[in-house]
Amino acid sequence: MANANLYIAMNLHEFQSKGLLKKHGVAVPEGMMARTVDEAIKAAELIRESADVEKWVVKAQIHAGGRGKGGGVKVCHTLEEVKKHAGNILGMTLVTPQTGPQGKLVRKILVEQNIYYPGESEPAEYYLSILLNRMKGQNMIMYSPRGGMDIEQVAEETPDQIFTELVDPKVGLQPFQCRKIAFNLNLKGEAYKNMLKFISAVYNTYVDCDASLIEINPVIKTSDYKILAADTKMSIDNNALYRHPDIEAMRDLGEEDPIEVEAGKFDLNYVKLYGNVGCMVNGAGLAMATMDIIKLSGGDPANFLDVGGSANAKRVEEGFRIILKDPNVKAILLNVFGGIVRCDRVAQGVVDAYRNIGEIHVPIIVRLQGTNAEEGKKIIDESGLKVKSAITLEDAAKLVTNVLN
Amino acid sequence: MSILVNKQSLVLVQGFTGHEGTFHAEQMIQYGTRVVGGVTPGKGGQKHLCLPIFNTVDDAVQSTGADVSVIFVPPQAAADAIMEAAEAGIRVIVCITEGIPVKDMMYVKEYLKCRPKSRLIGSNCPGIITPPSTKIGIMPGSIHRPGTIGVVSRSGTLSYEAVDQITKAGLGQSTSIGVGGDPIPGTTIREAVELFMDDPETEAIVMIGEIGGNMENEAALWIREHGTKPVVSFIAGATAPKGRRMGHAGAIIGGKSDTAQAKKEILRECGVHVADSPADIGMVLVNALKK
Repeated sequence: MANANLYIAMNLHEFQSKGLLKKHGVAVPEGMMARTVDEAIKAAELIRESADVEKWVVKAQIHAGGRGKGGGVKVCHTLEEVKKHAGNILGMTLVTPQTGPQGKLVRKILVEQNIYYPGESEPAEYYLSILLNRMKGQNMIMYSPRGGMDIEQVAEETPDQIFTELVDPKVGLQPFQCRKIAFNLNLKGEAYKNMLKFISAVYNTYVDCDASLIEINPVIKTSDYKILAADTKMSIDNNALYRHPDIEAMRDLGEEDPIEVEAGKFDLNYVKLYGNVGCMVNGAGLAMATMDIIKLSGGDPANFLDVGGSANAKRVEEGFRIILKDPNVKAILLNVFGGIVRCDRVAQGVVDAYRNIGEIHVPIIVRLQGTNAEEGKKIIDESGLKVKSAITLEDAAKLVTNVLN
Repeated sequence: MSILVNKQSLVLVQGFTGHEGTFHAEQMIQYGTRVVGGVTPGKGGQKHLCLPIFNTVDDAVQSTGADVSVIFVPPQAAADAIMEAAEAGIRVIVCITEGIPVKDMMYVKEYLKCRPKSRLIGSNCPGIITPPSTKIGIMPGSIHRPGTIGVVSRSGTLSYEAVDQITKAGLGQSTSIGVGGDPIPGTTIREAVELFMDDPETEAIVMIGEIGGNMENEAALWIREHGTKPVVSFIAGATAPKGRRMGHAGAIIGGKSDTAQAKKEILRECGVHVADSPADIGMVLVNALKK
């Protein structure tokens, strides 16, 4: 949502995140993205040459976690198995705890060297993430010796096993902080040294890329003491994309809701929900408040839609079209607080939009408040359209209750 | 009375000659705000809206004695504009600009720590208004009325909704301040609440919050210890979906306390009067004042 309370970020695929990490000197497994089974086999052969391994992992690339649980991650011991698993995973609809029941279509896979190979020591897994601590206004490294499992579960079961380290923006991450982290992870020798390099390179990636999150879970210590990013999630601050055209080009629209992408073309901030009352509001805070009042009136919000401060006729029309694409919508509440933009002009825009769209089969409630609210209501009431109007939020809420009954 | 800005405030507009800057400067002047000039690098010496343009904030402060600045420059240049205003000694810097990268605001925050005389409001906020004649921002002046209610909000149009209900209830505002919705705000809700508690002519405070972050909880805990006036609150977003996040780190930082329900509970425990419906803000305020 636009308001910055949910600070908007562009999600990256695992293979893209690892590419950015590698560019900044973070050790990652040898791997390549593939769109077809042939590409997957070629990738596996190339990885065998450069990394000298005989085992691979094939991983579905979708913007959701928990892929292993849904069968989207498979270890392969032979090229035949690579072929088989790549074939199965590509094109499958992967359902994970984070995708919702409808799942997500897998269009890309990552073929990687398997880093759980036998050696002189047991491999170990850690957790590491970097994100903004809003209260402090500083970046924070969060880490745990209990990696490879759901960190929320770690936080619940063993909160003392989660450590944090704030970074002073004036000087950046200091070597003593990296040492502290490595010691808290109980590392020594070669692995300790590798971890220092690893942490500092991950932090540099975060800052250089304007990331809003890097989460590496697990970070693995291999049997020969290498420290590698085994699985990675990364997102980038949308507001900073203008200085990273290379990262902006990584945006995968196939991973986003098509209606939301469509809305974005008209500068409408739309998030699909699952209720029966559509809404369109100017301003994100008021939009959330409007969703709340729909609920209090006995309905359920079908969406979040911020038309922006000006709420002009063109945007209102596109907003109606987008809301009407949702078959669950039984009524629409338009809530505009006219300040600089006068309510009579918004009202005229609503009338024009309604006529342009033609027949609208669900009742529409228009609540206009602020400058020239009475004039606005009059225009709606005299338009002859099947639109109910209100001035106070309270009256709008009652109208929602009425049309639903 | 008021907090931070009043009739004596001399206001500078950064990004004066741009589309937004021009439009809102006109609106502010119409409302009665003492706009004394603006800054557009390269246009120094010229006039705009019959007021002088300066190349730098420093020049403008030297010539006009401005102590408040309002920023309408694009997001790519906004952090720089804030720092320029602070370096020139501007007391209250109001940044309207939306979309400033978080990293830039992190550096701005550090920069301002070393310049404690300057207070930033925003970014990504509607500004600050002390009715009847001092409007520094983009809010509609007409819905405000001078009075004794201090309003602080993270959101623009939702704060207009609250202000309007206050005015329609026959009350008015001492000052209404929008702290903005960005992850790193210049002024927090708690700081605004403190200023209102210290203002002898503010009788009660309306605090409009929303899901995400921890600012409302921080303010609530401060109110429990130090509050001397009734505080009324609404928290938007009870029905908002949980962010479709990929990672889990954010959930641990926010904990369970950044949902609307959790915030309301904390506010109530701290003695704040909470309106469950955004339509009831005015009514809850009137009832709180009777007690």
